[in-house]
This record gives sequence, C-alpha cells and structure tokens, in this order.
Amino acid sequence: MMHGLWLSFLIWIPVLGGMLLLLPGWKTPILRRSFALAISLVTFALSLWVWFHFEDRTAAMQFVERVPWIPLLNANYHLGIDGISLPFLVLTTFSTVLVVLAGWRIVDYRQAGYFAAFLIMEGFMNGVFSALDGLLFYFFWEAMLIPMFLIIGIWGGPRRIYASFKFFLYTFLGSVLMLVALIYLGQRVGSYDLLAFQRAPLGLGVQIWIFIAFLVAFAVKVPMWPVHTWLPDAHVEAPTGGSVILAAIMLKMGAYGFLRLSLPIAPDASRYFAGLMVALSLVAILYIGFVALVQTDMKKLIAYSSIVHMGFVTLGFFALYFMMGALTTEAARMGVEGGIFQMISHGLVSAALFLSVGVLYDRLHSREIGTYGGVAKVMPAFGALFVFFAMANVGLPGTSGFVGEFQVILSTWQANPWWSLGAALNLVIGAGFTLWLMKRVVFGPVQNEAVSGLPGLDWRERLVLFSLAVPVLVLGLWPAPVIDVMRSSVAHLVRQALATKIG
Amino acid sequence: MMMGLVVTIVLLPLAAAVLTGLAGRAIGRRLTQALTIGAVGLSWVLSLLLLEQVIGGARLDRILYTWMVSGGVRFPIGFLIDPLSALMISVVTFVSFAVHVYSIGYMRDDPGEIRFFSYISLFTFAMLLLVTANNFLQLFIGWEGVGLVSYLLIGFWFEKPSASAAALKAFLVNRVGDCGFVLGIALLLHETGSLNYSALFAQAPTLVGQTLRLGFGLHLPVLDLIGILLFVGAMAKSAQIPLHVWLPDSMEGPTPISALIHAATMVTAGIFMVARLSPFYVEAPGALSVILVIGSLSALFMGLLGIVATDIKRVIAYSTLSQLGYMTAALGASAFAAGIFHLVTHAFFKALLFLAAGSVILGMHHEQDMRKMGGLRRYMPITYATFLIGSLALVAFPGFSGYFSKDALIEAVGHSRIPGAGTAYLLLVLSVFVTALYTFRMFFMVFHGEERMDAKTREHLHESPWVVTLPLVLLAIPSLGVGWILFHPLLGGGYWGGGLANVAGNPALAPFRKESAWQFFLGAFTSPTFYLMLAGIGVAAYGYLLRPRWPAAVADRLASVYRILLAGYGFDRLYLWFGTRVSPGMGRFLWRHGDEQAIDGLAVNGTAHGVGRIGSWVRRMQTGLLYQYAFTLVAALVVLVFWALVRSPGGILG
Repeated sequence: MMHGLWLSFLIWIPVLGGMLLLLPGWKTPILRRSFALAISLVTFALSLWVWFHFEDRTAAMQFVERVPWIPLLNANYHLGIDGISLPFLVLTTFSTVLVVLAGWRIVDYRQAGYFAAFLIMEGFMNGVFSALDGLLFYFFWEAMLIPMFLIIGIWGGPRRIYASFKFFLYTFLGSVLMLVALIYLGQRVGSYDLLAFQRAPLGLGVQIWIFIAFLVAFAVKVPMWPVHTWLPDAHVEAPTGGSVILAAIMLKMGAYGFLRLSLPIAPDASRYFAGLMVALSLVAILYIGFVALVQTDMKKLIAYSSIVHMGFVTLGFFALYFMMGALTTEAARMGVEGGIFQMISHGLVSAALFLSVGVLYDRLHSREIGTYGGVAKVMPAFGALFVFFAMANVGLPGTSGFVGEFQVILSTWQANPWWSLGAALNLVIGAGFTLWLMKRVVFGPVQNEAVSGLPGLDWRERLVLFSLAVPVLVLGLWPAPVIDVMRSSVAHLVRQALATKIG
Repeated sequence: MMMGLVVTIVLLPLAAAVLTGLAGRAIGRRLTQALTIGAVGLSWVLSLLLLEQVIGGARLDRILYTWMVSGGVRFPIGFLIDPLSALMISVVTFVSFAVHVYSIGYMRDDPGEIRFFSYISLFTFAMLLLVTANNFLQLFIGWEGVGLVSYLLIGFWFEKPSASAAALKAFLVNRVGDCGFVLGIALLLHETGSLNYSALFAQAPTLVGQTLRLGFGLHLPVLDLIGILLFVGAMAKSAQIPLHVWLPDSMEGPTPISALIHAATMVTAGIFMVARLSPFYVEAPGALSVILVIGSLSALFMGLLGIVATDIKRVIAYSTLSQLGYMTAALGASAFAAGIFHLVTHAFFKALLFLAAGSVILGMHHEQDMRKMGGLRRYMPITYATFLIGSLALVAFPGFSGYFSKDALIEAVGHSRIPGAGTAYLLLVLSVFVTALYTFRMFFMVFHGEERMDAKTREHLHESPWVVTLPLVLLAIPSLGVGWILFHPLLGGGYWGGGLANVAGNPALAPFRKESAWQFFLGAFTSPTFYLMLAGIGVAAYGYLLRPRWPAAVADRLASVYRILLAGYGFDRLYLWFGTRVSPGMGRFLWRHGDEQAIDGLAVNGTAHGVGRIGSWVRRMQTGLLYQYAFTLVAALVVLVFWALVRSPGGILG
C-alpha cells in the first residue's frame, strides 16, 4: 500500500500556487494564466498518479498521513483515502483544469484573484475528500466556502450580493451544527479520528442528535428539498467557472458527508431516519422535476436538474435500509454504488451543461431561453455537443448519466417497487425539461439577428467541451473502472451502515 | 469465428457513422456515401453468411465484455445468435442498405446530407445491437439508441418547428414506455438475480404462481407483471394504443427514415423483443392476453384513421400502426412465429411503400397532400408498378408476401386459446376490409383519376432517377416472393430449431404444419378474408374512381364519426393538454407557491427577518445597567449547569 505525502501535495500545491498568484509582480496576465494552468495540470497529474497506484482490493485507508496537529485536543493532521473518496479527488482536479481553461479570456476583472480563488478552493476540496480527522474535515469544509463566496460575490451577476450571502448563510448555518456534533464526538471518543468515531458505540438517542446535526449541514449542500432554494440563486449569479465547481464538486460534499460521517457514525439513526430521507429524495426527483420544466433561465433549469439528479444519489444511499429478499446486501451495494456513480457522472455532465450555457452567455450575455433558438444552424459543432450533454443529462444509455440512474432504479425496486416507479418517472420528466430546453435553444428557426451572427466555438472552447464529452461517453460504454475502484470500500460501508452501534 | 463475424457486422455501421459524423465535412459527401453504403452493404453480405451458418445449425451465446459488476450482478455486453436474431440481422441490414442507396437520390441537394448518412448508419448499428443482445442491458442500450437516432432524424429538419416538436414528442412518448421497460428489468433482476435472457428462461417455470405484494392489497403474479411491464416499453416502440401518438407525427422526418425506422425496423423492436422472450412469455398467459387485446385494438382502430388521412405519408403511417397491431396480436396469441413472419414481409413491403411514396413526393416537389395528386401512373411507371406491388402485399392479396403472413396470422389468432382471442379474431378480420379500403383509396387518389396538381408541377413531373427506383425494384422482389419461400420453414417450424417458443406444439400454428405454400395460396379463395379484402378494394374503387363525390357525401352524413377519426380519437389533444397545460401548471404552482412563497418567503427570508428582530432586541438589552448584566450572567450559568446535567452519564442524552 502506498504512503508518502501525495495527498498533502494534492491539497497544498494548489493552495500555495493560488497564493503565489496573489503576490504582486507578475509581469503579464498571460504569465499568470499559464502559471494557474500549470498548477492545475500538475495537480491533476498527481491525482491520476494516485488513481493508478491505488489498491482497490481493500477498504482500508491508503496514502495515509498522520501527524499531531492540535495536541491539546488530540486532533491530528490525518489524511487518507479509500475507494469512495478517490474518484472525487480526480473529479476535483480535472474540473479545476477545465475551469481555468474556460476562464482564460472571459474573465478580465481581477484575473489573478479569480484563478487564485479556484486553485485555493481546489486544495481545500481535496482536503475535504481526504481528511480523516473531524476537526481537519471541518476546517476544510468551512475553508472551501470562502473562495466560493468570493467568486460569486466578486465575479457574479447583478444580484451577486444577495446570492452570495444566501449561499454563505445557508451553508454556514448548516455546518455550525456539524461542528457541535463533531466536538461532542471528540469529547466522547477522546480524539477526532473519524475512523474512531465510526467504531465508537453510541446510543440511539445520541445517534439521532448527531444524525440531525449532520443532516442539516449535508442536506443544505446536496441540496435536498426543502433546503435547496439557495442553489438556483447561487448558480444564476455565479460566473461560469463558479457554477461548474458548485455543481461538479460542492454539491457532492453533502452526499460524501453522508457516506463518510452519517452512515458509519450513526447507522442506527440513519436507519431511523431512512424513511424520511427516501421521501425527501423522491420529492426532489418529482417535485423539482416539474419546477425545472417551467424555468425560463437556462442556468436555473440546470440547477433544478442538478437537484433532481442528487435526489437519485440520496435515494440510492438510504434505500439500503429497506432492501428485502435474498440479495439484501447486494442490492444495498448496488444502490450505494449507483449513487456514487451518479455523483461522478453528474459532476461531468452538469459541468458540461454549465460550460455550454457559458459559451452562449459569453456571446449574447443572456441566460434567457427566449433569447435563443436555432443555435444548431449557426453553431453546428456546439449544437451537437450541447445535445450530447443533454442526452447524458437525460440518462441515455451509452452516456455516463445512464449508469447511476439505472443502478438506483434497479436496486430501489428491491426496497419498494413504488419508489422505483417514482424514480423511473424521471425518465419522462427529465427528458421533458432537458429536451424541451434543447428544442427551444438549439433547434427551431434562427430566432433573431443576434443568434444568426453567433461565432462558432474557438479551439479553447472545443478543447474544454471535448475533454468532458470523452469521459461522459467512455464511462457510459464502460463504467467498470470506476465501479471497481469503489467496490471494496462500498461493501465495507454497507456493512457499517447495516450494523448496529447501540452498545 | 462466428463471434468475429457478428462483431464485424454490428460494428461496421458504427465505424462508418463515427467516421463520417466527425470528419464528414472533411471527406466530402461522395466519400461519406461510399463509406456508409459500403459498410452497411458489407454488413448485409456478412449477415447472409451468418444466416447460412445458423441454418446449418450454428449458435452463439457469448459475452463480449463486462460492462460492470455492481452489487454482485454482472452487467454484460454479449451476443445471442440463433435463427431469430440471424433473420432480423439480415432483414435490418438489407432494408438499411436499400434505404442508404435510395437516400443518395432523395437527399441530394440537402445541406444536411452528410449528417443524414451518418445518422442512418448509427441507427443501423443501434438496431443491430438491439437484435443481437443476449441480455437486457444491451437490449436496453440498443433500445434507447434507436430511440435517440429516431429523435435526431424526426427532427432532422430542425429549423421547422413542427419537426423539432415531433421529435420531442416521439422521445417523450418512448420514454413513457421505457419507464415500464426499466421497471420490468428491475423486477426480473429482483426475481432471477441476473440480466441474461437465459437466466429468465431457466427460472420462469419456477416463478409460475408466485405473486408480488405491492401494498394496497395488490398481489400480482410475478411473471405476468414482468411481461406487462416489458410490454409497456414495446407499446411505445411499436406504437400500440395508447402510446401510438408519436408515429404519425414522426413523418416530419425525411421519407427514407419513415421507411427504415418508422416502418421496417425500429418500430418492430417491440415485436422482436416479445418474440425474443417467447420462452418466458409462454409462462405468462395474463400478459399475453393484454398483448392480444392491445394489438387487435390497434389493428382495427388505427386502420380506420387511415381512411380519412389525406397526407400520403400519414396514410402509410396509420397502416404501419395497424400492421404492427396485427403482429402484436399474433404474439399475444402466442403464435410468435406468425408475428415474426409478418414482421419480415411487412419490413419489405412497407419499406417499399414508403420509398415509393417518397418517389411520388420527389416528383410532386415535396407535396404530400393526396388531394393535389392523381393520374400519376402516366408519369411515373416504375413507381406506379412497385407501389401497386406494395399495396397488394399490404392488403394481403393472395400470392403476395403479405398474404402468407397476414392470413396465417389471422388464422392463428382464430385457433388460439388465450382468453380474448375470439374478440381479437373478429377485430382482425374486420380490419382486413379497412386495410384494403384505405390502401386502395390512397392508390387510386395518387395514381388514378383526375390530375389535380397545378400546371407548373405537372410540367415537371417525371420518373425519379435510378438510385431511387433501383431500391424500389430491390424491395419489390421480396414483397412478391418472400412469402412463398418463408411460409413453410417459418410457420412449419423447420427454421426455428427451438429458438422460438411455442412453434412445435402450438395449436394456433397446427394448420400450417402440413400445408405447403401452394396449398395455403389455393385456400385463399375459400376464405372470408379474401372477399372482405375484395370488398374493401371495391369500395375504394367506387368512391375514388367511379363516383369521386361520394366520399365527401358519406363524410357529411357521418359527420360526427368523421370528426372523431380526423381527431384521432382525441389522444393527441389529451396528451397535449397534459404536456403543455397540466405539467407546466404543476411546475409553476410548485415553483411559485412551494419554492418561492413557502420555503424562501416564510422559512429563509423569515429567518433573516427574525435574526434582524432578535438583533434589535439584543441592542435594546445593552442598557449599561449593571444589574441587568449580572442577571444575564446568572441565567447563563443556570443554562450551563442544566446542560452539564443533561449530557452527564445517566442524563437525558447519556
């Protein structure tokens, strides 16, 4: 098994790189941009190195680093990853490269700060995915909010102040409760080791309070209905890059929290609340699906679509407590694997959709669906890519969007056929809101002079969109590599989640 | 060896599609045509080789690669080659080849020509993936793949709002079916633990009599439920009532597409699927009854719509709906062999009819309204002759391929003992008359009678170029002959070799086991369906050749019936109302009242205001009065002590 400072590199190289960018003395903007790109590429390469040296036959933590951090509290700088966190590290570093490329020419206001914010945020997000110490986890969790807050607040749209405060308050209020729960656990266990938290026996009453505290933090991040209303506002006001990271990575933090903290630390409470979680997931899938249908702002529509897709994730996770029949744990594993795969796929697809909207926005400065129409006529290559990503959003087989939804629908049947039906209805509703968007924006007659004068994709936009199209297609044709990486860890997690900790 | 052959057949069209799709503009239209036609043509030749091996007894059931393993379930990509899939591969590649060639002429001068060829090759690939699958994952991938290409091709002229609307409609209606289909897969996975066909076939007998508790007092037989859920998918793909609404609108696509996708191949995917799963469906009689009823209803009621349509492509589309109903009814009667037989003959003569109609449309400068045609036989002799052959095959005139399959099918339903077969038989016999009526109404309106086009169109009327007429001739040959050749092997059971269930011992097919094609041909003249068919042609001749004013008078007399038929029984209006009024209305309600008023208005902004109010309250507390501060301190202490009590061992939380 691998050791070494690889995870620290993944965290601190981008953070340091971002800080260097903020120093005065950079001669030209192009130099700064190139530096930012270089840092993001190095980090991405490192994460790939980690991927290929990861041992997927074990659920044990790998690339572990552990040094004392705050001895007074017995908190450690403790890092490590398993098959659940690994795909998210790669997704984070990959998305950051794309965001840097996508912001290349578009952002000219305080460019250094813009790139620095994304690099620093990348490091902190990697920190969340590799932290094994409760306080460290909380530190990264809160730290990553600050760059995003600034990104929306400085480079955002006209209502950026309202949106950034709504974003910050929503997510910050949630995480405060998580801190309380973590401190309580730290006091009780005697250290902040997350793995020790997972092993510690806890009564149902305590578990319930802990689960609620975590739930508030994570549900806001996912976001789950009814604490989702910050997301459309944040997306609408965020610059393209901000939307990409928000959708691709930040939304995954909540669901990741369920896997890393809620299910293994409070399994009995998770079982206790599983019915509620399933209900909220189904509400997200059905209720939000209809809301997405009537959006007139492209970014809002995709934001609502994200909430629908994250509903599949939480459904896959929490249906595991209801599995019946001979294949209980198998079905539970399929649901969790499906949920995680859905997170990865959604990271790619929603990033691609927001970047596609960004392509249009950069040209006409409008996100309104009504501004467009007949784009395929003027920008054929872009039209093809946009439709491809829309099809992935619809969950068409052969794209990554299909895999997770399929797994969740198949496994949920073993819990309750009606829930499976509710999830399957998204086949129709999801296709409805996504392809209706395509009909109005990409197809139809060329709407106006502005559209007919749209310039085609430049090489940089092509590069970015193709870099996303390839993994979306490849993972759709062959999802096995990602599933294989997480299998042992998911099996371990399902065992933890189904066990009882009531002493 | 055989695996390599299959993989080559399937992947050739994909390679052509990808190459021309990505680099089409660089390599030009000529090379694009050559590549795609070459690939599909080669696939066809190889498919004949495969067919020969299969007739010689070769079989294949092998996994190509593992897509993934999740929750202990293997999701494979693999092939099942037996008489059924080999037959389907040959039909698909042959019709696709003919359509490719035809498109050279039909799509000439269209700016999207290259894209078009890339799409139809991609379609061929997806269809081949579907018919060669040995498991439900691959079946579903192909299933959705053909749906995707169908969407792209219906909306091919995407600048036309009606085309992109029809494409969206087709996709959504198919998705409704897929919803059922996916749940069917979920249930069978739940019961068998595997996605392979073979697992379902092996375990189906042991599942007989088992029920699934769905709550609400619902206890449904597992096998019937699987069968019906999967059939919901087939209802959408094969356009059966009430999920048929997308097919007439799909005529917005270029005509070659209507021939290939919306007549000969893709819409038969549902029929194929049920036949493919025949060893399982014979164990699910409840599902078969549902299939039988839906099929026979579609056969009659969709045929009736053909009588009032005036767009030539729509008439053929309604006839497709009706013929698919026939096939479905045969499956429901568990005469799977008869259903597939009709699928094959129909693929040829319906592709022929569509392509011939396309030739007419070309001649008429993209006019599709039959009321503006007439007398075309003088201008387009080859189109006329081939259209006549197609029509005679469609109405099941003795000796033409459609006769062998359709009359055998009707007879098989008549002999079936599945509940509902009696009514189904009656509906199917009645629609023989209807089929003849609408077919020859169309035939006479287009090729005979008064020339109703304007002078300018008439001046330019001429026969289409050879790339258009050659495929017509190519397809006319099997429309004439294939019934004679296939009748005995397909219905007598010699061909299937156990690949299709319920061929050998099926009472519904018993009459054909001893009969030769010639005997069956002679039997036509003593059968009532023959005279019903003649009556249909006769009525059409009377109304559209002899007394052209008569049809309008009848329509006047039966005005209410006429209106119902014109409106297609109101399905479209209902769905349109649901899609454009109810769903967005619900969405808007949930958005405005749920998200904005309840959640944001009360909870979020309410909290913000609440914080503000607390803030001003706190401000008032900073009074500078010592006693107040001291009091607050004490109060805080009390709270802390209480907290310590609560969380101590033995406390409330301990």
